[in-house]
Amino acid sequence: MNGPSSVRHSRIIGIGERRPARLMSNDELPATLDTNDEWIRQRTGIATRGVAGPDESVVSMASDAAGKAVADSGVDPAAIGLVILATCSLPQPIPGGAARVATAIGAPRCGAYDLNAACAGFCYALASASDAIRLGTVDYVVVVGAEKITDRIDWADRGSAILFGDGAGAVVVGPSETPGIGPVVFGSDGSAANLIDTTPEGLLRLDGPAVFRWATTSLGGVAREICAAAGITPADVAAVIPHQANLRIIDAIARQIGASNAVIATDVIDTGNTSAASVPLALSRLRRENKVSTGDLALTLAFGSGLTWAGSVIAVP
Amino acid sequence: MSQQEILDALGAIVQEATGIPAARVVPDASFINDLDVDSLSMVEIATMAEDKFSISIPDADLAKLKTVADVVAYIAKAGVLA
Repeated sequence: MNGPSSVRHSRIIGIGERRPARLMSNDELPATLDTNDEWIRQRTGIATRGVAGPDESVVSMASDAAGKAVADSGVDPAAIGLVILATCSLPQPIPGGAARVATAIGAPRCGAYDLNAACAGFCYALASASDAIRLGTVDYVVVVGAEKITDRIDWADRGSAILFGDGAGAVVVGPSETPGIGPVVFGSDGSAANLIDTTPEGLLRLDGPAVFRWATTSLGGVAREICAAAGITPADVAAVIPHQANLRIIDAIARQIGASNAVIATDVIDTGNTSAASVPLALSRLRRENKVSTGDLALTLAFGSGLTWAGSVIAVP
Repeated sequence: MSQQEILDALGAIVQEATGIPAARVVPDASFINDLDVDSLSMVEIATMAEDKFSISIPDADLAKLKTVADVVAYIAKAGVLA
């Protein structure tokens, strides 16, 4: 039996994004929610969220984002060896979406699987992709975070309806002579699975204050662990890209890390919480708006239902 | 630590968490109605108080604390009032 070939490094070499055509403002939310723009902004920082239409599905948005990432990378689609789709909002559990994404981007016979770690899914998938490349299993992996989470929203539940949005972000990961994706730090706490849950009808419910407490007291330490695992300090990162759950959680984590030289991603303001899509969408936006440059180090950290969390330091392509 | 010392420390925590001047943090003040503190700021105040006073304020208890006096009494009962 042969073991894996010699270990090499990995890095992100392309990014793509797909945002829904429609942006819904706070004022457009159903009046039955008994809320207003000021109330929502004060508690969440969110001003608008993308809401996918009938012809914008998880798979179609994922395929668009993945195709753009492949084009950005310059890699021949036929060279893609694996597609990992992080999502928790497909309309049905079977079939998964990754194989259809692979076919859509011109890599029809490659490996493909879905991964569900809720909002943390992209960072878990990125770690799996990195490992697959480092061990020589494949040369190029497409990692997509895509959600049509508004399918799971009860528009009468203020605690969740104001928060979420749809979209897809993707990266291509390839081999590298130098480290471009640091060691992943991940974890879970199944004893708190009820904090972010679904009703028997499949609609999201969350205990906002309890999630806020967990996120603002636990994740600063995880962020420092991620930096330590990569052999850097928070002062070395040019960007902090936390899961875009809520601006107040993002602010609290940023304060605790003390990343004094970093831009903090705040895509949540316009985009809402897009679950597994939030980190790649925020990364894509930082690069598109020239707030980060090629080679800059960025700290990613995603967290959500499960509870689950994962993150790593990445080099911006 | 006396009730007054707890009140003073709580005022400083509220000011740091929300920007509300500590002088407004008086016993009769309701967090929601008088100080305009929302549920997430209450969590921030609670976690800072937990660190400051080395106590635990579970979410179920926090939901019952409406006024500044309620919180001072809770902290005192939790063992800091020696």
